[in-house]
Parts: sequence; C-alpha cells; structure tokens
Amino acid sequence: MASVAHEGHGHDHHGEHHHHEENFISKYIFSQDHKMIGKQFLMTAVFMGLVAMILSILFRIQLAWPGESSDFLSFFLGEKWAPNGVLKEDMYLGLVTIHGTIMVFFLLTGGLSGTFSNLLIPLQLGARDMASGFLNMLSYWFFLLSSLLMLASLFVESGPAMAGWTIYPPLSALPQAVSGSGLGMTLWLFSMTIFIASSLIGSLNYIVTVINLRTQGMSMTRMPLTIWAFFVTAILGVLSFPVLLSAALLLVMDRMAGTSFYLSDIIVGGEMLANHGGSPLLYQHLFWFLGHPEVYIVLLPALGLSSEIIATNARKPIFGYKAMIGSILAIGFLSFIVWGHHMFVTGMNPFLGSVFVFTTLLIAIPSAVKVFNYLTTLWKGSLVLTPAMLFAIGLVSTFITGGVTGIILADSALDIALHDTYFVVAHFHIVMGMSAVFGMFGGVYHWFPKMFGRMMNTRLGYAHFWVTLIGAYGVFFPMHFVGLAGAPRRYYDYSVYTEFDSPTADMMMDLNVVITIFAIVAALGQIIFLFNFFYSIFRGPIAPQNPWNANTLEWTTPVEHVHGNWPGALPVVHRWPYDYSKPGADTDFIPQNVPLAEGEEEH
Amino acid sequence: MENKLIILIVIILGAIAIAQLVRVYEISAKLRKTGEHEISNRDNHLNAKLMLGFMLALFIGFIYLMVAYGWTGRGLAASAEGKETDSLLNLNFVIIIAVFFFTNFLLFFFTYKYVRKPGVKAFYYPHNNKLEMLWTVVPAIVLAVIIILGLKTWNDLVAPTGKEARRIELFAKQYDWTARYAGEDNTLGKYDYKLTTDNNELGLLTSNTIDTAIYHMIYGVNGINKIQRLLNNRDTILIDSTVNALRTDLSRKERIYRLLMQMKSNHNKKYDASAWDDFIEKETLVLCEGQEYEISLRSKDVIHSAYFPHMRAQMNAVPGMPTRLKFTPTMTTEEMRKAKGNPSFNYVLMCNKICGGAHYKMKLIVVVKDKAAYKEWLKSKKGKTFKDSYFTAPAAPAAPVGPVAPAADAVVPADTTMKK
Repeated sequence: MASVAHEGHGHDHHGEHHHHEENFISKYIFSQDHKMIGKQFLMTAVFMGLVAMILSILFRIQLAWPGESSDFLSFFLGEKWAPNGVLKEDMYLGLVTIHGTIMVFFLLTGGLSGTFSNLLIPLQLGARDMASGFLNMLSYWFFLLSSLLMLASLFVESGPAMAGWTIYPPLSALPQAVSGSGLGMTLWLFSMTIFIASSLIGSLNYIVTVINLRTQGMSMTRMPLTIWAFFVTAILGVLSFPVLLSAALLLVMDRMAGTSFYLSDIIVGGEMLANHGGSPLLYQHLFWFLGHPEVYIVLLPALGLSSEIIATNARKPIFGYKAMIGSILAIGFLSFIVWGHHMFVTGMNPFLGSVFVFTTLLIAIPSAVKVFNYLTTLWKGSLVLTPAMLFAIGLVSTFITGGVTGIILADSALDIALHDTYFVVAHFHIVMGMSAVFGMFGGVYHWFPKMFGRMMNTRLGYAHFWVTLIGAYGVFFPMHFVGLAGAPRRYYDYSVYTEFDSPTADMMMDLNVVITIFAIVAALGQIIFLFNFFYSIFRGPIAPQNPWNANTLEWTTPVEHVHGNWPGALPVVHRWPYDYSKPGADTDFIPQNVPLAEGEEEH
Repeated sequence: MENKLIILIVIILGAIAIAQLVRVYEISAKLRKTGEHEISNRDNHLNAKLMLGFMLALFIGFIYLMVAYGWTGRGLAASAEGKETDSLLNLNFVIIIAVFFFTNFLLFFFTYKYVRKPGVKAFYYPHNNKLEMLWTVVPAIVLAVIIILGLKTWNDLVAPTGKEARRIELFAKQYDWTARYAGEDNTLGKYDYKLTTDNNELGLLTSNTIDTAIYHMIYGVNGINKIQRLLNNRDTILIDSTVNALRTDLSRKERIYRLLMQMKSNHNKKYDASAWDDFIEKETLVLCEGQEYEISLRSKDVIHSAYFPHMRAQMNAVPGMPTRLKFTPTMTTEEMRKAKGNPSFNYVLMCNKICGGAHYKMKLIVVVKDKAAYKEWLKSKKGKTFKDSYFTAPAAPAAPVGPVAPAADAVVPADTTMKK
C-alpha cells in the first residue's frame, strides 16, 4: 500500500532520548513503535474503507437504475464486468461480498481496533510500548498482506468471492455454482486466514499489555473506558477468531481435498457429487460463533472511544463508570451465546431457537444501560461540540436507532418474515456500520493531534459530520421500509416485483433511487474527510500538548513522538480518568497523574 | 474514454478547489489567532441548533415514510400464522418506536440545551445507583414481556401439523422452484438424489427409478462404460489432466453405482405407491384457502430459502438436510387483489438466500383458490401423476424402463475395484 510510504509527517528529529538512531525504514516501514503501527493500521484501513465504499456505490447505481448504462460502472469495471456500462449479475454479488468483507473485517476490525488499541493502550496506561513490539509489527504486516490478497481477488479473471460476506457453503465450495467460488474464493480464504493470524497476534498483545504494563496507580478500575473496551474486544477476538479459522479450514478441505464437511447430496452443473453426510449448518454454527462476537469486536471499541470523547467534551465524568464496565463485560459475555439468532430459519432445531431468543434479548439490557448512561452524561454538561463530539453523539443516536430494530429481529417469530430482507440490512448497517464508523471518525478527530502532532481543520470536520450523518441516515432509514415491504437482500434487480406486484415494485424502485442518491452524497462527503486528513498531516497547525483539556495520560506525553512515550519517568496515577468539573477544583479537569489534594475524595 | 477523462478532470479540479478554500480559511484563522482546538461559542451554538434541526428532520422523515407507505408498509398478512406474527410485530413496533422517539429526543435535546455557555460549569454527577437500577430493571421487565409473547408465538409456529394438513414438497435448484403435491394418499414419496435422471428430476424412489438410475450410471452419455472405454482405448492419446479428470469422475461414479446397487437390494416395493401418485407442478404453486399446509423443503445444489412474503413464512432449503415450514392461507388471490385494488397482484414464493447470479429471478407464482375452485383444479390433475408422466412422457433415448441390472452386472466386473 502506497499510503504507508506517504506517512512522512512534521517531526524529523527525536529529542535527546537514549535509544538508537532510526533510519527511514525502521521508523516508517518496519516500525515496532506502537504509535507508528497504529498509524499504519489507520492508513491501510482508510484505503480499504475507500475501496469498499466505492464498491458500494457501484452496486447502488445498479439498484437504483437497473439495466441503465453507467459511465461510472464502465470506468471502474470495464467491458468484462460491466459490458456497455451495465453491471453483470455475477459481479453484483462479487461487489456485495467484497464490500461486506472489507467493511466488517478490514475497516471496522483491523482499522478500528488495530488503530486505536495500538495507539491508546500504552499511552493511556502509562506504558513505554506494547508488551511485544515485534509481534505488534508482525500483526500489521499480516494485516497488510491479507489486505493485498483481498484486493488482488478483485482482479481475478473468474471474479472475486461471490457468496456473500458470510460465504455460506455449498455456494462458496462449488465453482460450478458461481464463478467467484473459484480462484476468487481461494484468495478470500487465504486472505482471511492471514487476517485471523494478524488479529490473534494483535489481540494477545493487547491483553498482555493491559494486564501487565499498567503504570503505578493504574488499577483496573482506574482505566479509561476506552481501555476496558479494547481489552474486552481483544478477549472476544482471541476466543472467537480461531473458530472462524477452523470454519475456513474445513471449507478449504472441502474445496481442495474432497472432504464432505459441508457437502451432502448435491447435483450441480449437471454433475452428481458423491459427497454425503456433510452439513451446511455446521459451517453456519462455526461462522456465527465468530460472527456474532464480531459485531461487538466492531462495536465495543467505538463505544469505548465515544465514552472518552463524550466525557471529555461534556466536561463531566462519564455517568455510572462501574455500570459501564459491567455493561461491557456483560455484552462481551452474552455475545458468545447468541449466535443462533442468525439461524432461526436455517432448519436449526426450533427449541434451540427459543434459547437464542432469550439470550439475545438479554443483550438489550446492558445496551440500554449504556445508552441511558450516555444520556445522563450529557445532562447538565457543558458541551463543547468538537467534530469528535458530534460524531460521538451521532454514534449514540445510531446505536439507539439500530439497536431497537434488533429487538424485532431477535424475536424468532418475527424474524421469520424479516430474515434476510432489507430490514436486516438497515438494522446492522445502522447499529454496527454507522455506529462503528462514527466511533472511528470521532476517534480520528479526537486523537489526530496525538497521532500526527497537528490539528485537523474543524470547519471541514463539521461539514464532513453533517454530510455523513444526513447521508447515512438517508441511506439506511428508508431501507427499513423496503425490507418491511418484503424485499430480499442481495437481489440484483428489484424490478422483478413488477411481475406480480407493481405498486410494491414502484415503492422499492423509488426508495432505491433515494437511497442511492444519499449514498452518493455521503460518499462524496468523505472526500472532505480524506482531504482534511491528509492535508492536516502535512500542513495542519501544530497541536498543543493537551488540546481538549482531557484527563487521560496520553495528553501528558510530548507532542512530538518519542520512543518510550514519556521522555522521563513514567507518570504515576492517582485518580480515575473522569474528574471533570469536580467541585472545589480550580480547573474543570484534573489529569490522572495529579495527586489528590488535601481532603479531596476520590470519586 | 472521453468520459473517463472528464471524470478524472472533475476529481482533480474538485481537490484543487477544496485546497484553495482551506487555505483561505487558514489564513483567516491565523488572523483571528484561534487554534483549531478552541471551539467558538458561535460554532458551538450553530451545531447545537443543527442537532435539534436534524432531530426534527429525522422524526418528520420517519412519520412521512409511515404515512406514505402505510404504518410499516407491509400490507395485509395472507395466512393465519402471518396474522398472528403481524399483531405481535405491531406491538413490538409500538414499543421500539416509543423508545426511538424518547431516547433520540433526549439525546438531541440535551445536546442543544446543555451546549457550553460562558460561566456555566458542568454538574459533577458521577453515579446514582437508584437511577442505574431503574434503567436496568425497566428494560428487563419490558424485555421479559417481549420474550414471553415472542416464544409463545414461536412455539405455535414450529409445532407439528395435524394429520389433515396437506403435504407439499418444494424442490429448489439454481434458479427455479418445483412443487410436488403428495397425491391422494397425502404422503410424499421417498427420494434420493442419486436417482435423479432426465425423466425423474426430483429423484423419487421407486423400483423402476432405481433401475433407470443404475442403467444411466453405466450406459448414460457420460456413464461408467463410456469413461472406461475412453480410458482403455489404445488408439487415442489423452493428456494427463484429462486422464486424471476421467479417473476421478470414474471413481465417483463407481461409488455412486455401488450405493445404487445397495439401494436396489434394500428397496421395499411398498414405498413405490406413495411416490407414483405424487404430482409435480412447475408453473404455479396452487393452494387452497383455509387449508393447513405442511411444506417440506429440499435443495438440489446450494442453500436456497423459500420465502413467502405475504404469508410471512420462510425456511431455508438445505442440500442434504430436509427442512419444513407450515402455514394456512386465509385469503384467496382474488380477495387480496380486491383488498389491494390491484387486479394484477399475485402471491409469490421467492428465493431469499444468495444462490448465484440469477438468484433474484428465482421465484414461483403462488395462487390461492377458494375450496370450490381448488377442487376443480385438483380434478384437472387426474392422470398427471408422477407415474403417468414417468411412463408416458417421451423419455430420454437412453432411459428404457425395466430391470437392467443384470446387464449392468455383466459389464462392470471388468473393473476389479468394484465390489458388490
């Protein structure tokens, strides 16, 4: 990825720290410094996110104006996949699949957790670096390699993987069923295998760092909620990603070694296969055993970041700090026993279904606690609406809006009619996609000064936020109605409805045009962000040490990065991170390394 | 090509335009001597108002969509089960829409109201156990209600059907549906995918279809005999990859052949009748109003999903694993057309699990008739059972009916790997 090499930024010299001189390669490329690795993750993820966004615009054009020639499509896809500017059916599925895969894994897992866990865990805990700098570096390079493989799969002659991001076999196992299940799927599987290795190495490193490398006084109950969120996220990753790996490996065996883990009694392309006894449901169980915790692997870091941003910019302690930790732990635990709610209509035993209904709806309780705690944090605050704060508030809104529809989908009886419709697409894009992306944007705006030593442009930040919020709601809100009207997801062309119900077809086509226009506007809005981001890296005004008057330890480090983070001794922690507007204090914030004043009580 | 050039030029010009704007802004910011981290009261208040405005737009947009598309836009449910789930869905919707409005209102209103004002300090309020207990217990109670009602409905929906339910099998393959009605005995005949031949597309199990399948396996267009002949022909030279492909194919077919022979020796003729009287429909799925249906699902190739949007019914069709669903249509197609004011409306069965390129076209029109019309239609199916079509349809040339196994035995022992 060229973006890595472009990472040059303002500070070339290092201060008078005691370690060895670094050359360009060890500083910017094979860096073992957690701050640089975080930036590498961010750059790669931003690029991957951009690709996935363009893919989504390509298929949104097809959905809004099916069968109409588009220069945009022929520009990106050429004659092979968009003859005369009309998208091919197979490539539509390919675009949908790779869009989902990149967004879920590469942007929101690698990008969000990779960037901010790396950046913030050592800085907010008062550690010199991650427990293992080398493994950390390895984690990034695996991530980059898997990103490249995934991108390469877009250029394969038989097309990228086309079985949806969940790659359910037998479709993903049989090249006779769809062309993308050939080399494209092989690359997908190899890419994800490497991605899982990267994620595991990273997560183990985060866990060890959080447990072992907290500075003096930084007890677990004095950690910022960001760290709690990253910590639980890493545990979820370690416990669930290996299961995805096993699912993927069994699929590789079915594809290459003639085994029958997922295949049974199949005739495809006129060919009678001898495979017998396998179960496609086995794959689904394995996949969703990762797949559901994955939702929280994506969401928890965003919630953690927004907790920090909201408390700082409301100038108030986060309300119910211990309840927030409890909620994170409860969500983390419950996320492992709810995977079956993706499988109510797959033929799974209905009794098992009712168990999953129960456990799934339980998750609504800690989620509700989190929402009300955010609301109470805002109540009687003194809000400073920085771009990061706006994104964090936007996150709370999308978390509510997308969360409540989850209550419908978790109810197996109601899921029957809504399963795999656009209602589901709307639900998870709002609650997982938008919330996590908002959390990520909030994080970037908030910690940009820490990452690059410079400030981003606030006005452009506002413009970016408003375009994104309006665009994203404009895309996903109407989708609920398309889904309730019965539109299945992953359909290439909804004008098939004209054959049996033209008023509904009209409704879907109208809303699809609206959705696509909002999507294009929102996508164009991201240009503002990209511009602001790259421009500010080089030309932004130099950041003050603690621009947001925040309490956490990262703002006690010098603006210019040094290896080991603090030039002198490590800071000592005396209080929790949320002493904002504490009565009796001179300022409206008291950093964690300030000792308790005489007679002062800890919260 | 020209278009591509224009697109590129527009992108480049756009980037330059933003760059210029930012520079103007930066110069003016330098003149004002404020940093990017200092948010002016003007910006704060502007964004706070915009937040409130956005909330109003969101709420009005939501209400507009509900008015424009009629509550949730689902239309009437056309089955007894659908009516039950729809009323439950409505109840759930009332709850979640109330929560949506209430919490989003608080969020945006607080943002508006508590935006920083000079001289006003935030209220230090780290926790309150009573409040936290309140919003743990209240959601828990609401959810308990939702869970109990939901599971009650779910148990009804997945309960076994009675004897009087009519049995239909929906057979899915890329990219169409085939319906098999159980015939007069209301018992679906057994099947095995290995029995699939041109005149037995659903692989139904009878003594005759076993024989035909065995015959095909040996003498078919790409049967065992043909492959053996190709491999043993000394006059042709095959490249290695072809030889390997043929060998793989041969060993697979031999394995299937052995299984077929086992099936033949274990087969009990008394099962034949239940398959012979089934009848197969490919154009439309015709159902009877007020009749409960027990629908079995089967897939030939990949996972499909039988989705009846108007009946609010759905279940996946999984290769190698039988699945089921049930529903009772309560409105005929005619009644629904009148209710919708749309004379061309039809019920439909769609595929709702990604299954390949033409996934979106995979559907079957469903017609619900009243009892009299249904009986009429049923009469027209007399003489169109599987047995009738199997023995009268112009069968594929290489598919004679009758015992052919002895012939097969005579040919195959040439291969020593074959065991019986």
